[in-house]
Amino acid sequence: MIAETGLIALWLAAALALLQFGLGAIGLRAQREDYYAAIRPVAVAQGLFVSLSFLLLIWLFLRSDMSVKLVVMNSASVKPLLYKFAGTWGNHEGSMLLWVTVMGLAGAFIALFERSLKTRTLVATLAAQAFISLGFYAFLLVSSNPFERMFPVPADGQGLNPLLQDPGLAFHPPTLYFGYVGLSVAFSFAVGAMITRDVGADFAKAMRPWVLGAWIFLTLGITAGSYWAYYELGWGGWWFWDPVENASLMPWLAATALLHSVTVLATRDSLRAWTLMLAVVAFSMSMIGTFLVRSGILTSVHAFAVDPERGSFILALLAIYIGGAMALFALRVGTVKEGKRFELVSREGALVANNLLLSVILALVFIGTLYPLLVEAVTGDKLSVGPPYFNLATGPLALMLVAVMAAGPLLRWRRDNPKALLNRISIPILIAAAALFALALFTTGMSFLALLGLSLAAGVAVASFAPLWKRNLRRTPLHTYGMVIAHFGIAVALVGMACESSFTEERLVAAQPGDEIVVNQWKLEFEAIEPMAGPNWTALEARMTAQYGDGAVHEITPQNRMFAAAQTQTSEAALLTRWNGQLYVVLGDGDSEGRWQIRVWWKPFVPLIWYGGILVAFGGFLAMVGRLRRGYKQRKQREYAEATL
Amino acid sequence: MNRWLLWLPLVLFGIFFVAVATGLIMPKDNIIESKMVGKPMPAFELPAAIEQQPGLSSADLTKGKPTLLNIFASWCVPCIAEAPQLLALQRAGVEINAIASRDTPEDIANFLNRWGNPYTRIGTDTTSKVQLELGSSGVPETFVIDGDGIIVHQHIGDIRQEDIAKLIELLEDAG
Repeated sequence: MIAETGLIALWLAAALALLQFGLGAIGLRAQREDYYAAIRPVAVAQGLFVSLSFLLLIWLFLRSDMSVKLVVMNSASVKPLLYKFAGTWGNHEGSMLLWVTVMGLAGAFIALFERSLKTRTLVATLAAQAFISLGFYAFLLVSSNPFERMFPVPADGQGLNPLLQDPGLAFHPPTLYFGYVGLSVAFSFAVGAMITRDVGADFAKAMRPWVLGAWIFLTLGITAGSYWAYYELGWGGWWFWDPVENASLMPWLAATALLHSVTVLATRDSLRAWTLMLAVVAFSMSMIGTFLVRSGILTSVHAFAVDPERGSFILALLAIYIGGAMALFALRVGTVKEGKRFELVSREGALVANNLLLSVILALVFIGTLYPLLVEAVTGDKLSVGPPYFNLATGPLALMLVAVMAAGPLLRWRRDNPKALLNRISIPILIAAAALFALALFTTGMSFLALLGLSLAAGVAVASFAPLWKRNLRRTPLHTYGMVIAHFGIAVALVGMACESSFTEERLVAAQPGDEIVVNQWKLEFEAIEPMAGPNWTALEARMTAQYGDGAVHEITPQNRMFAAAQTQTSEAALLTRWNGQLYVVLGDGDSEGRWQIRVWWKPFVPLIWYGGILVAFGGFLAMVGRLRRGYKQRKQREYAEATL
Repeated sequence: MNRWLLWLPLVLFGIFFVAVATGLIMPKDNIIESKMVGKPMPAFELPAAIEQQPGLSSADLTKGKPTLLNIFASWCVPCIAEAPQLLALQRAGVEINAIASRDTPEDIANFLNRWGNPYTRIGTDTTSKVQLELGSSGVPETFVIDGDGIIVHQHIGDIRQEDIAKLIELLEDAG
C-alpha cells in the first residue's frame, strides 16, 4: 500500500500545483484578492504532499520492497543502509522526484515566510514556480513513475551501480539539485517580477537568499565533483573540461554573476534588466546541464544511464520555460523602468566588470561544450574540444576577473576617485609585484599564465582582507566577513591551481617488485603485486612504501580494479597528503616480463584547490546567515514601529 | 536600448534548440572511429608471432577477399572474452588475421593453445608502432578490410555475440 499511497500523494501534489498556477494566473488577470489569499495555503499543501510522496519512496527503499520496480532495479536487500537511502535518488525517477520535492518545499517556504514582496509579485512568483513544477510532475506521472509495481515479485534486487557506492557520490547529486532548484526559485522570482513589472530593491532582497543558497550548494557540488574525478579517475587531473563537468560549471558561473548583480539591484536599484536576464540564464544553464547529462547527446568520460526519450522530454520543458521567459523578457523589459545610474569607477562599475567577464567566460565554456555537437550536426565529423581551447580561452579572463575582485570591494558605491582606489590597493599591488619578481627569478619552467596567477593570488589574498582594514571588527556585518572569506578562498584555490600546473612532477615507469622510484623528495619502494577480492570486484594491488626525505615510512596500495558485473576497470589511486602537497600513485597494466606501469605524481599544494572551494562556500554561508538575520531584524523593527504608531 | 536587441537571447536560444533537437533525432553512434576508416592500409611488414604460422604484411590484405584484422594481446582480459566469437567467425568462413600487440612468442602460443586459434596469419608488433599507424589505441580492436586493403570499419573493444551478424554483413558488403 505504501507505493500506492505515494503515487496518490504525487497525483494530489500535481493537482495542487495546477490549482496554484490557475489561482495565480486567473487571479492576476481578474485582480481577485481572494485568489491571492488562497494561493499561499495551496503552495504549502503542495509542498507537504510531494514531500510525503518522496518520504514514502525512501521508506520503500529502506525496507527493500522488492515488489516495486525501481527498488528492484536500483537496490538490493544486503546493501548497507546508507546506500539504500542514497539509492532513492541514485536513479532517474527518484532524482526527478527529489527535484520536484525540493521545488515544492521551496514554494511552501516562500508562501510561509516571504513578507517583503508586493502581493501581486509574490502571487506571480508562486504561479511561475507551480508552472515549472507541473512540467516535472507530468514527466514523473506520464513517463517515469517511481512507484511502479513489478509482478512477479523477484527474490532480490539488482543492486546499485558499483561506481556509485561511494559516500561522497551518494550526496553529490542532491547537492547539485539543491543548487539547481534554488536557481529555479530565482527564475520564478524574475518571471513574477516581469509579469507585474515590479523590479526593484525589494524584489532583489527577496531573491538574494535563494541565489546565495543555490550558489553555496553549486560551489560545494563542483568542489566535491572535482575531487571525486581527481581521485577516482586516476588521471591525476582535477578538471577535465568534460561536458558533464561543464554542465555543472555553467550554472555556477551564471549564479556567481547573478549573485553580484542582485547585490547591485538590492543596494543601489541599478542593473534591473540585466539581473532579470541573468536569473533566466542561470536557471536555463541548470536545465541545459541536466539535459546534456541525461540525454547522452554529448560523449563524456562520466557514465550515465542515457535515454533519448527522457532527453526529448527535458528538451521540451526547456523550450517552454526558457523560450517563454526569454520572450517575456523581450516583451516586458522595455517597459521596466530604468534603474539608477552610476559612474564607471565605482562599486557598481566593478560589479558590472565582474558580470561581463563571467558572462564571456560562460559563453566560451558554452560554445566549447556544444561546438562538437554543432560540427557533428553540420558535417558529421566527431571531434572534441579539449583543455587547450578552454584553458587558453578562459584562463586570461579568469585572471582579469580575479584582479577586479581584488579592487571591487574597495570601491565606493556610485562614484569613486581612481587615485584613492590606487592608494587603497597599493599594498596588494606591491605584494603581487614582489611575488612576480621572486617567482620569475627563482623558479623555472612556469607558464606565463601560472606565473601571473600565482603572483596575482598572493596580492588578492591580502586584498581580500582589505575591506576589514580600519573597521570596528565587532560591528562589521556578517555578510562582509562572508565576502572576505569567499574572496580569500578564490585566492587560495588559485594558488593550488597555479602550483599544480607548474610544479607537478611526474614519473611513468615500468617497474618490477623490488624496484625503487624517486620523485622529488619522495622515495617509493615497490614491494609486491597481490590479487585482492572485494564484494563485487577483483583487483591487483601493488604494495609499496613511500618516504618523504627522512620522514616516516607510509604504506600505500594503489589498485587496478575490475568490476565483474559492469565489465569496467577502475584505478584506485593511492594518495598521501602532506602539508605541502600530495603524492598520487596509480597502478597501470602489466607486461609479459613481470613489469608494471606505475605512474607517480608529486603535486605541491594541490589540496588548496578544494580547500579554497570549501572556503568560498563557507563565505557564502556566512553572507546568507548575515543577510537573513539583518532582514529579520529590520522587519521586526518596522513591525514594532508600525505597532507603536 | 534597441528594442530588437531584447529578442537576441530568444534567438540564440532558438539556435541552440534547433542544433540540439537535430542532434537528438539523428542516430547516435558513440564510438570514435579511427581517421583511417575509408582509407587504404598503411604499408607494414610484421614478423611471425609464433613459429608455426606466418607473419603479416599489408600486402597479405590486398588479395581480393575481405578479411578481419584483429589486434589482440595475451595479457588482455577482454581478448579472452572475445575468443569464442572469433572462432565462430572463422567457422563461418571468415579469414581473420591478427596483430599481437606488445607480446612474446611463448605467451602468444600459450594464449592460443588455451583459448583457440582462429587466425590465418599473426604478425607481432612489439612496440605497437603498426597499431598506432592504424589509428588503434587499445586492445582488442578489429578492423574490417575489403579485398583492396581499404579499411571499411573499426570495431573497438571485444566482439560480443550480438556483433557477429553486423561484422559478417560488413564483410559481405565489402566483397
